[in-house]
Amino acid sequence: MKWHEILIRYGEITTKGRNRKLFINRLKENLRYTFADIPNLRIRSERDRMYLSSEVDTEMEELIERLPHIFGIHSFSPVAQCEPTLEVMKDLAVEIVKGMDYKGKTFKVNVKRSFKKFPMETYELQQTIGSYVLGSLPGMTVQMKNPDIELRVEVREKAVYMMVDVIHGAGGLPIGSNGKALLLLSGGIDSPVAAYYMMKRGVRVEAIHFFSPPFTSDQSLGKVKELCEKISRFGGNIRLHVIPFTEIQQKIQSSVPENVTMTSTRRMMMKVADIVRKEIDAKAIVTGENLGQVASQTLESLAAINDVTTTPILRPLITFDKLEIIEVAQKIGTYDISIRPFEDCCTVFTPANPKTKPRVEKMNYYESFTDFDEMIERAVKNREIHSFPKKKTDEFLDLL
Amino acid sequence: MIYLDHSATTKPDPAVLQTFIQANERYYANPASLHQMGVEANALLTRAREQIADIIKTSPEQIIFTSGGSESNNFAIKGLARANKHRGMKILVSAIEHASVLESAKALEKEGFTIDTIDVDEHGVILIEDLKQKLTKDTVVVSIMHVNNEMGAVQPVTEIANIIHQNSRAFYHMDAVQSFGKIPVQFKGEDGPDAITVSGHKINGLKGSGFLALRKQVNINPIIHGGGQEMGYRSGTVAVPQDVALAKATRLAIEKQPQKALQYSKWRDDLHEFFKQFPYVHVLSGSEGAPHIISCAVKGLKGEILVNAMQHEGIIISTSSACSSKEHTVSHVVRAIKLDPSYEKGVIRMSLGEGITDADIETFKAVFSKVMHQVKEM
Repeated sequence: MKWHEILIRYGEITTKGRNRKLFINRLKENLRYTFADIPNLRIRSERDRMYLSSEVDTEMEELIERLPHIFGIHSFSPVAQCEPTLEVMKDLAVEIVKGMDYKGKTFKVNVKRSFKKFPMETYELQQTIGSYVLGSLPGMTVQMKNPDIELRVEVREKAVYMMVDVIHGAGGLPIGSNGKALLLLSGGIDSPVAAYYMMKRGVRVEAIHFFSPPFTSDQSLGKVKELCEKISRFGGNIRLHVIPFTEIQQKIQSSVPENVTMTSTRRMMMKVADIVRKEIDAKAIVTGENLGQVASQTLESLAAINDVTTTPILRPLITFDKLEIIEVAQKIGTYDISIRPFEDCCTVFTPANPKTKPRVEKMNYYESFTDFDEMIERAVKNREIHSFPKKKTDEFLDLL
Repeated sequence: MIYLDHSATTKPDPAVLQTFIQANERYYANPASLHQMGVEANALLTRAREQIADIIKTSPEQIIFTSGGSESNNFAIKGLARANKHRGMKILVSAIEHASVLESAKALEKEGFTIDTIDVDEHGVILIEDLKQKLTKDTVVVSIMHVNNEMGAVQPVTEIANIIHQNSRAFYHMDAVQSFGKIPVQFKGEDGPDAITVSGHKINGLKGSGFLALRKQVNINPIIHGGGQEMGYRSGTVAVPQDVALAKATRLAIEKQPQKALQYSKWRDDLHEFFKQFPYVHVLSGSEGAPHIISCAVKGLKGEILVNAMQHEGIIISTSSACSSKEHTVSHVVRAIKLDPSYEKGVIRMSLGEGITDADIETFKAVFSKVMHQVKEM
C-alpha cells in the first residue's frame, strides 16, 4: 500500500489553550529527534493536526510502525492520494480496504466533496465507490451507523485523499513539556514502568543507579543500561548516572542495626539522588515504589525514607498490583530485561528480618554516629554518566 | 578452475574469515558466563543479532542462531507444528522443497500430523490454485521455499503469504537459503512469511552457521533442549565467532545484492540463449527464475558424465543438487516438474556467485560446446 502522508491527531494537547503552540512544537521536536534516522521525513503542523510524510515507501512503513510509541499523539491515520478520476478512486479504495482485516466486517464510505465541480454528487460517489468495493471484496456488509470500517474520501480539485485506519497513539503529553525528574532505576521490574508513566505525562526522565562492585556485577549494570536504551524509545535521550555505592553500603552494614540497614540504605540513596537532582535541575525524584510490596514499602518505611529530603518524591506505581505492573512491563518491552537474575544494590545485602515499621527518630539516631555526608559527596562526584540511546557505532564495528 | 557450483556452497569472503579469526582470538569466552570476558562476548553476540534483525526488519529476540539451513528448517517446521497443535494437525509443503523440509514434515507424520504436497508447474512454480485448495482450516504450518535450489524457480511468495494469512491460521515458513542475498527477501508486514531460514555458507559465510528468523513472537518448541540459550529456543553454548561472522556475511550479502542480481541475470540470459543452439538440451529454469541458477537437462545422458567431463576441463558444475547428487535416483524436483523421462537423468546445474567474470562465462560456453561434441559422439 502506498501512503501519501500520515495525519496525526493531538488528543490532550488540544485542551491546552494558549500554551497549545508550545506543546505542538515540543511534539514536533520530539518527532524530529526520534525519527532522526528517517532522512526524508517532512513534518507539517497545523492547529488541530500534524502531517508526516516521506517520499520513500519503506520510511512511511517505518513511521507507521513506530508512531504508536510517541507520547502526545491521540491517534493517527495513514492517508493515500490519487488523481480525481472515478476509475482510479475505485481502485485505490479497493486496495486500501483489501489491506485490512475486512472479512465479516461492516463497511461504509464517507465522501467529502470540497471540489464542487467534480462531475458526481457526493451521494452518488458514495454509492459508486461503496458498491465497487463491496463487489470486489466479498464478505462485508454495509452499515451506516458505527461501521467497523469507514473509508473516508476527500475530493479536492487537484487530488483525492483516502483514509480508513485510525491507529491509537500512546496518548499523554509530549515528553519534555512537563519538566524533568530523576528516576531511581534499580534494574527490577517496577522502576522502568514508573519511568514510562512519568514520560507519558510529558516528564523528561534522567536515571540514577546505585552500583556496588564487587558485590554487584557488570551484568547487573548492563541490565540497567539496556533498560535505559529501551525506555529511551519513548522519548528521545535518557542520561544514566551510575553512583559508586559500595563504600556507603558497607558503612551502613557496619554502623546501623541489621534490621534497619535497608531503611538506612534507602535514605542514603535518597540523599545521593537529591544532590544529583539539584545538579541536573530536575524538579522531582521518581521511584517505582509500590505500597506493601516489600518491607521497605510500608507507609512507615516510606515516611522514614522520605524524611531526608523535601523534594517531591513521585511514586506513580504506588497503588498498582504487581501483576498490573508486570503487564505494562511486558507491553513496553522491559520485562524480559528486568527478570534477568543478577544481584543489584537492593538485593545484595538484604537483612533476614527487615523492620517494616522503622521510626524516623531512631533512624536519625543510628546514622548520627557516622559522617555519611562526606561519603555521599564523594560518590556523587565519582559517578559515571552514560547517554542513551547509544550510538551503534561501537568497538565491534570492524567485526561486523 | 571455474567454480559454477555456488548453490551447493560458496567460498567464504576473506572479510568474513577475518571476522571469524578475530572473534575467536578476542571473544572466545562463553557468552553466558558472568565474568567480564563473558559479558564482552555476549555484547558482541548481541550486536551481531541486532545487526541481522536490523537488516531483515524484525526484532533481535526473533533471531535464533542455528547451525545452518537444515537445522533452521527442522526447527521451524517441527517447532511451529508441535507448539501449535491446537490450530490444526496438517502441514503443507511444496513438492520441490529441500530434503530438510520434506523429511521434517515426514517425521511429524509419526506424531499424528498429516502432510499434503502442493504441485508445481514445468518451471517449478507452485500452482496457486492447488495451494488454495489444500490450505484448510486445520493447516498449522505451510513451508514453501523462496528460490528452488535445483531449478532456480522463484515462488510468488507475497501472494502465497497473503493467501495463507487471509484464509488460515497457519504459519508460513519460507526457506530463503537460495534467495537471500540473490533477490530481495521481504520479511515484514502481512505480506511476508512468518519465519525464514538463512544459511551462512550460501552467502559467502561459514558452514555450520545460519539463523531462523521469526516475524513476531510466536509459540515455537525447541528441538535442542539444555541450558536455555538463545532465549530458550536452542540450547548449547552459542558459537559466537560463527554467528558474528554470519552477521558480517549477511550485511555484505545484502549490500551487494542489487549489483549482483543485475550481473547474474545478464549471464543467465546469455546462457539461456546459448543453450538454445543445442537441440537436445532443454533449459529447465524459467526466464523469471532466480538470477544465479541455470539448470538444464541433456537428452539421453547422465548428468554425472557431464559433471565429470566438464571438471576434466577445469569447470565445476553439478547435477541437480549437491545434497542428493550421490544418490542414483532421479531428484524429487525433477519428478515434480514432470520432465520427459529421456531427459530426467541428464540434469545439470550451473550456479553463479562471487568471483566469476565475463571471461569465465565465455570459457564455459566454449568448453560446454566441446564437451557436448565429444560425449554426443560417443
